[in-house]
Amino acid sequence: MSPEPLLGATGRAPARHHILSVLVENKPGVLARIAGLFARRGFNIYSLAVAPSEGNARFSRVTIVVDAESAPLEQIVGQLDKLVNVVAITDLAPNDAIERELLLATLSVDDGNRGDVLDVVANAGAAIIDVNALSVTVMLAGTPSACDELEKSLESFAEVALQRTGRVALPRLGPAATA
Amino acid sequence: MQLTGAQALIKSLEAEGVDTIFGLPGGAILPVYDPILDSSIRHILVRHEQGAGHMAEGYAQATGKAGVAMVTSGPGATNIVTPIANAHMDSTPLVVITGQVATASIGTDAFQECDITGITMGITKHNFLIQSAHEIPRVVAAAFHLATTGRPGPVLIDLPKDISQSKMEWWYPTTIEELDLPGYHPEVPLDEEAVALAVALIGASERPVLYVGGGTLKSRATLELRAFAERTKIPVVTTLMARGAFPDSHELHLGMPGMHGMYSAVTAIQKADLLISLGARFDDRVTGQISSFAAGAKVIHVDIDRAEFNKVRRADVALQTNVASALRALDAAKATPLNLDVWWKQIRTWQERYPLVYDEPTAEGPLLAQHVIKAIAAQAAPGTIVTAGVGQHQMWASQFWEFEEPGTWVNSGGAGTMGFGVPAAIGAKVGRPDRTVWCIDGDGCFQMTAQELVTARVEGIPIKVAIMNNAYLGMVRQWQEMFYEERYSEVYLSAELPDYVKWAEAMGCVGLRAHNLQEMHDVIEIANQVNDVPVVIDFRTHTAEKVFPMVAAGASNDDIIVHPLQRGDAR
Ligand SMILES: Cc1ncc(C[n+]2csc(CCOP(=O)(O)OP(=O)(O)O)c2C)c(N)n1
Ligand SMILES: [Mg+2]
Repeated sequence: MSPEPLLGATGRAPARHHILSVLVENKPGVLARIAGLFARRGFNIYSLAVAPSEGNARFSRVTIVVDAESAPLEQIVGQLDKLVNVVAITDLAPNDAIERELLLATLSVDDGNRGDVLDVVANAGAAIIDVNALSVTVMLAGTPSACDELEKSLESFAEVALQRTGRVALPRLGPAATA
Repeated sequence: MQLTGAQALIKSLEAEGVDTIFGLPGGAILPVYDPILDSSIRHILVRHEQGAGHMAEGYAQATGKAGVAMVTSGPGATNIVTPIANAHMDSTPLVVITGQVATASIGTDAFQECDITGITMGITKHNFLIQSAHEIPRVVAAAFHLATTGRPGPVLIDLPKDISQSKMEWWYPTTIEELDLPGYHPEVPLDEEAVALAVALIGASERPVLYVGGGTLKSRATLELRAFAERTKIPVVTTLMARGAFPDSHELHLGMPGMHGMYSAVTAIQKADLLISLGARFDDRVTGQISSFAAGAKVIHVDIDRAEFNKVRRADVALQTNVASALRALDAAKATPLNLDVWWKQIRTWQERYPLVYDEPTAEGPLLAQHVIKAIAAQAAPGTIVTAGVGQHQMWASQFWEFEEPGTWVNSGGAGTMGFGVPAAIGAKVGRPDRTVWCIDGDGCFQMTAQELVTARVEGIPIKVAIMNNAYLGMVRQWQEMFYEERYSEVYLSAELPDYVKWAEAMGCVGLRAHNLQEMHDVIEIANQVNDVPVVIDFRTHTAEKVFPMVAAGASNDDIIVHPLQRGDAR
């Protein structure tokens, strides 16, 4: 289940990736039920993000990026919907979704390259959120492709650690902008 | 009214109308066994928890109500995992209650702790780990609602010991809302557009087949099926899970499709231009090689579970509803009558040329299981319930017994669980004490769960067990003969060991044996006269007999292998 890089010139997931925004009851084991279902039916997950939903302690929202080539989307949604704790599923086709992801990276720096790092950060619209003599921590909240690009640009620096959250998404309000 | 959690559990089961629990106690479930003494519910003490699960399944399949089983934590819970998986595959409504270690001990590897909700997540419709005594009534009511509505299935309730001992103020939910199942909507409104499309497809068809699956029995749609079939004259096939949904004696019935199906049923599907699937799921044992399955047919797929649509076979029309309401809607549409004369003429030639056959049995034996099953059926009262193990004897029972009404065939289809037959027969007899219950078993299967005959004798449950003793794991032997160049590996069991007659007698049952035709007739007559204790008959059958027709695993249904007596004919 090694995910391919989530590249896409439009800043949106390629067609085989679908975003499912799943409203679930906040019950013990609900994540295990979802993960178990995907594992036993051979559905691939690219990323998964969970958080309490809309200020209501009864529900959480799980944002799952699925590989619609590992199984037909209809089958994934149909099986997911049978989980009793799943309340609602919204299928966000890439063009209908606003997606964001968070990237954190800590880089070792010295006087020789500190300026280069700052340039990359400024160009990407990222922020420096922690600094000391030997390292900086960079943060970007942006589209998945912006995160991809930043990750690429940081490759030339010595990375201590880099972590991305996986995407969260909401339906786009107006008609989709043409790519 | 203040109750303990244990009392609340039993009172909740009473509120659900439960009359029987199959179970076996132990430490973690001990508190719940005390109020059973004061309850109207009958508890049947099994000898192994797998028996409790299969009994509950037999009870459920024979009555249409949820079967209930109760066991302790750890090994008690793991022993019932097989029946839960079996019920999941066959969509049998089951409520299984397991004891759990005290809440504070969960996660500490306490004595007899096991994560049974984790283990059964993938083989239950849903499961619950109870968090407080107050929620017991809600969880029990929800469990029965989930088990018996929509696509039925097993639901497990894990009850920690401290919660069964703690106090609660008695209440019971009276509305669906109180069950707190915001994500569960089993019934969806009928899609009128899909109905119209289906009616149009039916009207345009020349070679339609009604492909009837277990969902037809689950939605109690047999009357609707009969009305629809008789009005349209569309040929009917009933899968292994649907035997009894349409009378075998009916002229429109072609019998069972699939790996060991009737030639005419298999071939009619292959040549059909329209399959009307009613609560069936295109199982690989029915379809054979999927790419060549009914290759020229359009498909109308009726199922309550939308995840079945396009899972195996693309549906031209998907109708998400229960089979009964689908058939009512299709019938109401009164499509133009079909002229199926040419189709029926073709089907009748297949039926005439390839009926079910077997060699003439010799008077001195060995017996042939097919013939034994027909002899038992010939003497059985109408409405007799038949259960089976898994193997050749199961296929022969399905082929040679004539099922006329729903709930008379109880078997393990999707999972193929050896050992299902005896405990399922006990459960069926408990649910339908007015009916005769025969278990057609294999010698291998019998040895897996036979100890439950002690339960049957002690509890006064007079079932009849016919062992087709071919001294082999016969179905596996058949595959080794046909596909592994007769290299027999670990399939021989012995006809003499165990001595089934002595074993039956040791369990308080009547034990009988038959080697030849005369003895066969005699023991069947004796067995039919015994109505107070279980009877076990050791029928000595041919070791090398094989089940036909047969479609080899993964092969195309076009390459169906018929009985040797029928080969050589041009097809
Ligand atoms: C629990 C279990 N183990 C193994 C199998 C594989 N299996 C299928 S049929 C069969 C042979 C059954 O033997 P028997 O009960 O004697 O029936 P026969 O085929 O001889 O009629 C076996 C081993 C199974 N279905 N279930
Ligand atoms: Mg055998």
